[in-house]
Amino acid sequence: MTRMMVVWCPDWPVAAAGLIEGVSVHEPVAVLAANRVVACSPAARVEGVRRGLRKREAQSRCPRLVVLEHDEARDARAFEPVVAAVEELAPGVEVVRPGACALAARGPSRYFGSEAAAAERIVEHIAQACVVEAQIGVADGVFAAGLAARTGRLVEPGGTPAFLDGIDIAALDRPELVDLLRRLGVGTLGGFAALPAADVLGRFGLDAALAHRLAAGRDERPLAARRPPPDLDVGQTFDEPLDRVDAAAFAARQLAERLHERLAGHGLACTRLGIAAVTEHGAELYRTWRHDGLLTAAGIADRVRWQLDGWLARNRAACRSGYQPALVSERRPGAIVRLRLYPDGVVEYAGFQLRLWGDAGEERDRAHRALTRVQGMLGPDAVVTAALVGGRDPGDRIRLVPWGDERPEPAREPWPGQLHEPAPASVPREPLPVDVFDETGAPLGVTARLAVTGTPAGLVFAGPPGRRAAAVVEQITGWAGPWPVDERWWAPDEVSRRVRFQVCLADGRALLLTLESGLWSATGVYD
Amino acid sequence: MAQILTLKRRTVSTGGLSELVRSHGLTGLVRPASAHVLRSDGVGERILPVLPELRGLFPAGGLRRGSTVAVALRGPGPFGATSVLLALLAAASAAGSWCAVVGMPSLGLVAAAELGIALERLALVPDPGPEWPSVVAALLDGIDVVVAAPPGPVPATLASRLAARARQRGSVLVGYGQWTGADLVLETAGGGWSGLDQGRGRLSRRALVVSRHGRGAAARPREATVWIPRDPATPPVESAPLLEATA
Repeated sequence: MTRMMVVWCPDWPVAAAGLIEGVSVHEPVAVLAANRVVACSPAARVEGVRRGLRKREAQSRCPRLVVLEHDEARDARAFEPVVAAVEELAPGVEVVRPGACALAARGPSRYFGSEAAAAERIVEHIAQACVVEAQIGVADGVFAAGLAARTGRLVEPGGTPAFLDGIDIAALDRPELVDLLRRLGVGTLGGFAALPAADVLGRFGLDAALAHRLAAGRDERPLAARRPPPDLDVGQTFDEPLDRVDAAAFAARQLAERLHERLAGHGLACTRLGIAAVTEHGAELYRTWRHDGLLTAAGIADRVRWQLDGWLARNRAACRSGYQPALVSERRPGAIVRLRLYPDGVVEYAGFQLRLWGDAGEERDRAHRALTRVQGMLGPDAVVTAALVGGRDPGDRIRLVPWGDERPEPAREPWPGQLHEPAPASVPREPLPVDVFDETGAPLGVTARLAVTGTPAGLVFAGPPGRRAAAVVEQITGWAGPWPVDERWWAPDEVSRRVRFQVCLADGRALLLTLESGLWSATGVYD
Repeated sequence: MAQILTLKRRTVSTGGLSELVRSHGLTGLVRPASAHVLRSDGVGERILPVLPELRGLFPAGGLRRGSTVAVALRGPGPFGATSVLLALLAAASAAGSWCAVVGMPSLGLVAAAELGIALERLALVPDPGPEWPSVVAALLDGIDVVVAAPPGPVPATLASRLAARARQRGSVLVGYGQWTGADLVLETAGGGWSGLDQGRGRLSRRALVVSRHGRGAAARPREATVWIPRDPATPPVESAPLLEATA
């Protein structure tokens, strides 16, 4: 069982926000995800803010709380310099998640004399290089060392099972399994470790069996480790060097899907991921990410995206400062030209794994391949799919989502003021300006009491200003309205007060007209 | 098939295949091979369904895979081309096919959803730029129905190249606008809106008249009327029963 050292930065989302957004971490700060607190600063904890509280509850306990949204990419970006700093003292650092990284304890402990001395030296170096507080824990295995790092403890060799015995089972970080075990009466890691391994595997599945090994403090080499077939890694060379974050995210998703498909094709899953990149200056970057469970396709894509984000952020920061530093880690690496993913810690896993884009289906796969090819030609935003969301006008009811992104849930609530079906078949991107006249030739208006100032009789499509004199007057044969809409009156920049009309022209066409701030426009053509 | 089954179980009684199917609870799963290709309304693997009202306009009774259809912007009627396009896609999309529309940034998607087009299987490329032929070609590889709306008239060589690719891949190419060389051309032949009075009412329905002409079997002009919104009693795709296993 190898002695592992884990470097853990407490409240990392808050620290990352402090590093990148410039928020002062000595103030009460809380980071929220899905309206619940994920991390808070020590000043906020003193006031009573805890993880898992809702935003309102946290704000009521601490009125001057600074609230930020959780951004995993920001956490990863800010953690990249910390990992680079640790790598200067010891090789072979693996990232567990943004905020925690692991390394073998043997090398540094021999070099600096003892494990305690190595831990002190690393913590000092991180504080100097990155102005970040860190704690180190040492134990047999990464899982136990991570738990030891919470208290900064160095567990003696062989004492790991005893150390893990009394820890609460929530430390496994698998909410469904933890909930189930609690209901079955197992409340601590020791209690879980006491269950027979074969029964755990049969009842709860492979992921729980891995967790069982971790809870027992046993060797964490994956179950049934076999020699993986040699060609499992996937790579891609980019014609244009990757410099921007969204292009990197797109490339990450594609590679992650390829890797996951290849692994699933062999009936395997991986627990560690090696990400290697070659930059335009010839520099080679490498980072290993490890997970104490099986990596799903989404997990692989997220980690690759975070890592690329971190490397590109280092690039951007170095570009901005403009000087050539002496430390190798700070020198600008350059844009990324080649990317390769190496799966490691592979486990036989024939169970059905959810793919990155939902259920498999042969036609869907073919369509997906064609659409990603077009995205590769024109950019990820060029191919969109539409989703019906809530709104009142035909243009508001549709949201265009780039292909591959998650579609929003369809709106189920009623929207008073929504136009009745049928909807216009043509909705111009920019509303076409028109002029509407009544029977005397005067421009038509609508009073504040929603009364029309005359009977609509003629309509002119306002072209470019020079051609206005030659425009043809279309006769209006039927009309209905005004249908008022008064939206977002509470937000002065977004307020929208308008009325809508449907008109029928002499040649049979029908239009949806909107009058807003005295200007008429055609927002829909019933083509 | 019956021969192979009798080898496995010697105790097959008289009654043949249907008896065997019934006795094993396989009714509905085992079908003769001809039923897979030809349903009672002629729609199968090679033909994508269209709305029942439009079926008379297509010689094959639906959109034949590999064919090219053009929707003209102007016909005997001055407007309605977009509705004709949506009506053309409605049944195929509702039945499960994937559709893509290239080069139409102002397509009314709520109207598409109302006609029955499944928005989760509709992909849009609103601004393909000058490379739109390669975009259309790439989409023909994987999407069942691809609508191409070029910004101007299409040269005949380009149109025939794309049509050949559609034929090779078994997809349907729909050209929206000035398209030459299509097997079938659909046009709007009029049909006004009703329901608006002077200051009262709202647009309630229209009778969209679609006329076709083309090459070969589609050379004789024909017309059909589609009511928009459609009568809720007639679904976009008629689910015809599969032929049952008969002795």
